[in-house]
Amino acid sequence: MASFLGSSSTSPADMQSKKEMLMDSVRREIALQNAQELMNKANEKCFERCITKPGTALSGSEQTCLSRCLDRYMEAFNIVSKTYITRISQESAPQS
Amino acid sequence: MADLNPANFNFDDATRKELSEFLEKQQAQARLQGSILTFTSRCWDKCITGTPSTGFSRSEQGCLSNCVGRFLDTSIFMVKKIEADREAMGYGNAS
Repeated sequence: MASFLGSSSTSPADMQSKKEMLMDSVRREIALQNAQELMNKANEKCFERCITKPGTALSGSEQTCLSRCLDRYMEAFNIVSKTYITRISQESAPQS
Repeated sequence: MADLNPANFNFDDATRKELSEFLEKQQAQARLQGSILTFTSRCWDKCITGTPSTGFSRSEQGCLSNCVGRFLDTSIFMVKKIEADREAMGYGNAS
């Protein structure tokens, strides 16, 4: 633990675990940023769609709308994701 | 907070190479995810106009899917048109 950083000699196992740690941190960072952006967008779109005339609190129907809207936004993300990836793999496939 | 500066890790060349390939792949993955987020936003605005219900209708699903495809077609079309215009004006590569 103490030799975690800046040790002059690194055993192969040590280097392996540091490498894994670095990779995990990159993966986590990217996943987090992606999730945050998706949430921000869903928030923005659903506020626009569901809260047309802001009252003193979220009404029951506004909450229903928000909840459905969030589900639909995720569904839209999945449809778009599937379509885009299918298209990309078609285009990068060798021309027959 | 651990310092993740790779300079502090004393990686050997093989590990550095592996890491740099890993990063390139992750960056490509992140760009792909970014495009999907952008398309979702763009196509949501175009296709999903009513009050959100408990599921998409068939036409909404189709619209979302077509929206992605046609946007990509549009971008290819534009590039081709610009190329054709350049050629028509005599700026194309001499053949």
